[in-house]
Amino acid sequence: MKMIVAIIKPSKLNKVKKLLFENNINRFVVDDCYGHSDQPSTFETYRGVEMEFDLQKKIRIQIAVNDDFVDKTVNAILTAGKSGKDAEGKIFVYPIEQCYSIATGESGEQAIG
Amino acid sequence: MKSIVLLGGLLLSSYAFADELKNLQHNINVVWTCIAAFMVFFMQAGFALVELGLTRSKNSINIIMKNLMDFSIGSLLFFFIGYGLMFGKTNGLFGTTDFMLSGITGNDWDYTFIIFQTVFAATAATIVSGAMAERTIFTSYLLYSVVITGLIYPVSGSWAWGSLANGSGWLENLSTGAFIDFAGSTVVHSLGGWLALTGAITIGARKGKYGPHGIVKAIPGHNIPMAALGVFILWFAWFGFNAGSTTVGDGSIGRIAFITNISAVAGAIAAMFTSWIKFKKPDATMSLNGALAGLVSITAGCANVTWFGALIIGLISGIIVTISVLIIDTKLKIDDPVGAISVHGICGAWGTLAVGLFGAEQVLGVGNANTGLFYGGGMNQLISQIIGVVSIAAWALVCGFILFNIIKKVVGLRVTSDEEYIGLDIEEHGLEAYYESK
Repeated sequence: MKMIVAIIKPSKLNKVKKLLFENNINRFVVDDCYGHSDQPSTFETYRGVEMEFDLQKKIRIQIAVNDDFVDKTVNAILTAGKSGKDAEGKIFVYPIEQCYSIATGESGEQAIG
Repeated sequence: MKSIVLLGGLLLSSYAFADELKNLQHNINVVWTCIAAFMVFFMQAGFALVELGLTRSKNSINIIMKNLMDFSIGSLLFFFIGYGLMFGKTNGLFGTTDFMLSGITGNDWDYTFIIFQTVFAATAATIVSGAMAERTIFTSYLLYSVVITGLIYPVSGSWAWGSLANGSGWLENLSTGAFIDFAGSTVVHSLGGWLALTGAITIGARKGKYGPHGIVKAIPGHNIPMAALGVFILWFAWFGFNAGSTTVGDGSIGRIAFITNISAVAGAIAAMFTSWIKFKKPDATMSLNGALAGLVSITAGCANVTWFGALIIGLISGIIVTISVLIIDTKLKIDDPVGAISVHGICGAWGTLAVGLFGAEQVLGVGNANTGLFYGGGMNQLISQIIGVVSIAAWALVCGFILFNIIKKVVGLRVTSDEEYIGLDIEEHGLEAYYESK
């Protein structure tokens, strides 16, 4: 069992989602997050005073998968998340110690489903 | 034959008919003045929304409570004390009769007049709220509110408007001609703006607004669409504020509404271009302030300038307000989150002085007031306007500094820095405005 955490550009979420569904990867959690990378700061002006924003909006997708799904999932995100520009995000893969389904009480690979 | 009978009947009843018409006009005046009063009341919503939108969400309940209570407490104070000071028989400086509603009789006009004047008093009071937002102790704000509607506003108001009822103001009897402030650029707005200035100076800037080494930081408001709605509500209400100040239901209403709108749109456009040039992009909150600046500026002269005069007054107000907000915020380092000092104080003064330049009652054929400098009327009216603007500004500044310093010494003016960080909603009122699961 592996946890795949992908930090992607917000504009790529729909494409990534679609490709995940096409690969029969239907269970994941998405949240908004902010990140700092090599991208330059953005600037806004509020009532004549400039404001610098050094954090960029990102989307974090968390997907728990069984081992035979890891490559499919990672490839889907790599393909759909790419825009050919800088600071396109990262994918982290790490082991899961245990997993339980709250609905059925199942554990392990069956719980990930 | 039939028409002859009808004509005879009309002639017989013509005396009664004239009485009926007089009665009808009276009722139209009452209805129009009441509608205008209800519109001006709605300014409370506009002021609340502008202040809410341009400040942080953690202080929202505090702002709502301030705006609710300055109207509620202010209304009672004005009914019982303020009205007499402003419209009672004057001793030369303020009214001394008509307290505790004693001047209000069964005559329906008296009630109409007092509700109309009350919503004006409440407007002057609420201007200060925005400039002192996000850091003022609630109780201290209430104390201030009592004094402005019970004392500061009615005293200077009596100087300019006393004769609208039983009083007689010294500004109405100047040798250079009566001071003209038709709906209150100075009597209401400038007074509120100068009090806001004294409040903002006495309380000091919000934490984090000014850093070391002269750094100026922005503290962005939490909801710009909310502030925009507030401006539109104020704009709507201003048609009541200005056109209602006729207190007469006749054709002048339309003319004044038209003149008011020209200045408002000119203010918005001029502020947009000024911000565009200065910040490279057309700025929303500055353009919104520009519309308000145009409205404040035309309030004094809305009944006696031409459409061209209104256009110039509005355009200049839009430029003034943008530059003034920048100077006050970044150079003078006076923290005014909503721009109340610039919009109401500075543009109110500008609009009032402008009557001395653009006054054109005789050109328009709508009255006998002095003609302004630009229409060949000489300096007289401008001198009257300067006397009015300066005397009311001096009164507001002196009263404001004394009042806020007394409050500061006796009960304190500013919340603790912990409270300011957590937000006034939780610390002053025990409730968050936007509930989130914890």
